[in-house]
Parts: sequence; C-alpha cells; structure tokens
Amino acid sequence: MRKLLIWLPLALFLGFFGLFASGLLRPDDRIISSKLVGKALPAFVLPAASSDRPPLASAELATGKPRLLNIFASWCVPCAAEAPQLLALKQAGVEIDAIAIRDARPDVDAFLKRYGNPYSRVGLDARSEVQIALGSSGVPESFIIDGKGRIAYQHVGDIREDDVPMILDRLRNAQ
Amino acid sequence: MRMLIALLALMLGAPAFAQPAFAQSALPPAPYADRQIDDPALEKKARTLMETIRCLTCQSQSIADSNASMAGDLRSQVRERIMKGEEPEHIRAWLIERYGDWVSYEPTAEPILWPLWAAPLVLLGLGLLLLRGRIKRGRRS
Repeated sequence: MRKLLIWLPLALFLGFFGLFASGLLRPDDRIISSKLVGKALPAFVLPAASSDRPPLASAELATGKPRLLNIFASWCVPCAAEAPQLLALKQAGVEIDAIAIRDARPDVDAFLKRYGNPYSRVGLDARSEVQIALGSSGVPESFIIDGKGRIAYQHVGDIREDDVPMILDRLRNAQ
Repeated sequence: MRMLIALLALMLGAPAFAQPAFAQSALPPAPYADRQIDDPALEKKARTLMETIRCLTCQSQSIADSNASMAGDLRSQVRERIMKGEEPEHIRAWLIERYGDWVSYEPTAEPILWPLWAAPLVLLGLGLLLLRGRIKRGRRS
C-alpha cells in the first residue's frame, strides 16, 4: 500500500500535465451561441436605419415564410466582406432584414451605397439593446427566422462564400 | 539612443495599428455606460452585478472592466434597469437565458459544479484523516 502511495504524486502530476497540455493544444473556441435558438424571437420595434428602407419590428418577421435577419454595422469590417454573399442570397430569392448596431443613418446609407443593399427593412439599434435581447454577441451575425417567428438558426460571424448553400438549405428547412 | 526612441515609438504605435481588428462604433457611449447612478446604494447594487457579468467582446473581462462598446451598452442597460427597481439576480437570469451560464462569473448550483462545491469538504476530510494518523503514530512512539 505504502509503496503504491509513493507513486501518487507523480500520477497526479502527470494527470494535471496531460489536462493542461490538452487544454493548450485544443483550438480556442470563442463563439458564443445564443440560447434563444429554437425559441420565439423577442419582441422589438426599431426606427429606420437607412433613408430608403422601412424600419423593422419583430412582428414583421413572422410572415409564414422563413427570413434571414442580419445583424451588421457600417463600422464593421467583416460586414463589408459579407455583403456579396448577402446579395447572392437575395438573388436566390431570400428575404433579408437587418439590424444596424450602434450606427447612424448617414453611415448606414454610405455603407449600403458602397457595398450594395440586400435588405428589405433595416432597423437601427443604437444602444445594442435588441442585439443583447437576441443573445447576439457581435457583428456580423445572421439569424434564420422561421415562418412562425421562431429563431431556427444562428450564424456567428460573416457568411462566407461556401456557407451560402448551407444557409439556403437551412432556410428551406425552416418553413 | 536613437534606436531606443525608435523602438519606443514603435511600441507606442503598435496599438494604433491593431485598431482596425477591434473596430468599434463611433457613436458616443450609452447614457449610463460610464456614469454612476446618483443613489449610492443602487450604484453599489449595479456595480456588484456588473463585476460578475462577462463581457461578450473581451471574453476574459467583466463588463465593469471592459472598454468594448457592447460592454458599455450592457452597463448602461444594467444601471437603467436597476434604477427602475429590477433586482440584480433577475437581470443575471435574463442574461443567462440569452447567453448561457457562460455570461455569469457567479458559480451556479448546477450538477456540473457539484465537485467544485464538494472540493473544500473533501480536502478538509482528507486533512483530518492525515491528522488522525499522525496523532496515533505520535502516541505510539
């Protein structure tokens, strides 16, 4: 018994060493997903963020047809990188609404003029309130809202070119 | 010397280069992001909560410590809701509903944390056992 006990500290050391080494080698996962996926979209009413698009309220997202809700900002670099993919989705017949986070109308107008405007409605969330209510943790993020106004899927980060078919697929399944 | 100055300038300049990666909104902070509540008792309540809510942008800081614009918005929201009479634990629960346990630094009583709560008792028990062995041996000799 005593002889075996002598090895205990070494075994403990090796155990901890393995634990820390595996923690260090595992890639860092910094994605925080919203716990509201599968639940109803929280109610909100936002003012218009751009000059030529109507404002956005949560009631307008439950239309019996799945829609894409894009969270973006004119000051966000990856949002500009995402713009071509959103335009492609729009071309494919997807209805896209957006919420501009901590933004101002002239900036949103300039952004949409420069990178294209795939949005049907754009709401302005000047103090991130709706973003926080949605459980979203940054820009850009996209939510698929099903026909009944429930959140069917959350995409954290920009939609890349190879994400487009997956998004279209999920939209089809979110009837 | 010139080398040293150049090096210093480079070091000071580095954060400026790093800026675009952390691009933030140019809008001014929300009203209560950096302003205390006039009632010190309410401010203390808000402060205690803010110190245990994790910032979503700078993930190892609390919202009380972070300069991220989203942390500022969340601070303002916490203060405003506390001024309206909402309880801090209610706000915490509301946030956990959205972001999961992850967002709170306060350990919960969930089963996954039971070993954490049991650890002090287990260690104390082990210590007592060890102590008993020592005392017994001491008596014998």
